Amino acid sequence: MTTGFTWHRRSRRAIATFTGFEADLLRSLAGQLVELLRNEAATVDERDPFEALMDFSGPTAPPEDPVLARLFPTAYPDDEEAAAEFRRFTEGSLRDGKARAASEVIDALEEAGLPPLLEEDGLMIDVELDEAAAMTWLRCFADVRLALATRLGVEEGDEEMWYSLPDDDPRSQAHDIYEWVAYIQETLVRALPV
Amino acid sequence: MSTASPVEVDPGLATTPEHDDLTVLSSPWVTIVWNDPVNLMSYVTFVFQKHFGYAKKKAEKLMMEVHEDGRSVVSSGTREEMERDVQAMHEYGLWATMSKSE
Repeated sequence: MTTGFTWHRRSRRAIATFTGFEADLLRSLAGQLVELLRNEAATVDERDPFEALMDFSGPTAPPEDPVLARLFPTAYPDDEEAAAEFRRFTEGSLRDGKARAASEVIDALEEAGLPPLLEEDGLMIDVELDEAAAMTWLRCFADVRLALATRLGVEEGDEEMWYSLPDDDPRSQAHDIYEWVAYIQETLVRALPV
Repeated sequence: MSTASPVEVDPGLATTPEHDDLTVLSSPWVTIVWNDPVNLMSYVTFVFQKHFGYAKKKAEKLMMEVHEDGRSVVSSGTREEMERDVQAMHEYGLWATMSKSE
């Protein structure tokens, strides 16, 4: 099992070794994020239909999917109009940035030797990230964890509840993966020079 | 916020001048980061250092405010500046909003 990332001073890279299974799991999580970000159409607003059609630069209403609503929070809680404007100008590029980050994680894993279909046992994947790539991975880990936590309904201080679930409960397994990603993210935060 | 392992509080090896308090008073807009049960304390601190250029000590103080008080004012400035900060926080996955400072 991976021990996460460490900083290699000489090459100035964050390095980690994952088992094939772990790399495949990361790819699958990042892949789901890309799919969610690219497929879930932005919410249609409720203005005059003609006005809305002529103004296609970006969504103005929060996404309906709770994960997307968390990834793209409302910037002005007390000003609906300003919030809509902010969303119109930012949500598109935020979506693209997050989807691109997740795609970069997938590409890096595959360039490091993860085959399209993992079949062999005992495969090890060595990942080496320069600082810019490491920042991308950090943000992707944050998004993946937000997505998993939103689906699971994770709340502050509820650790005991998760640990008390039987092992064969699918929520327990999903929570284990959520914590595993936290562990890797933590090692990467600590590895990076500020 | 959440921790993947016990938090190590670095007593702050680097200290840079704090934001001028007068700037905060005269700035019309603020960026607020809200607590969430997901983002790691270490990550939130790191983001504050990286994006705002705050010293570790200040970044940790703001992170603890978010964690314990549920929210913290992390920057102040013009509306345009705060929109950029809020957008950057959303890029990092932090829950940020902006409002007129009181």
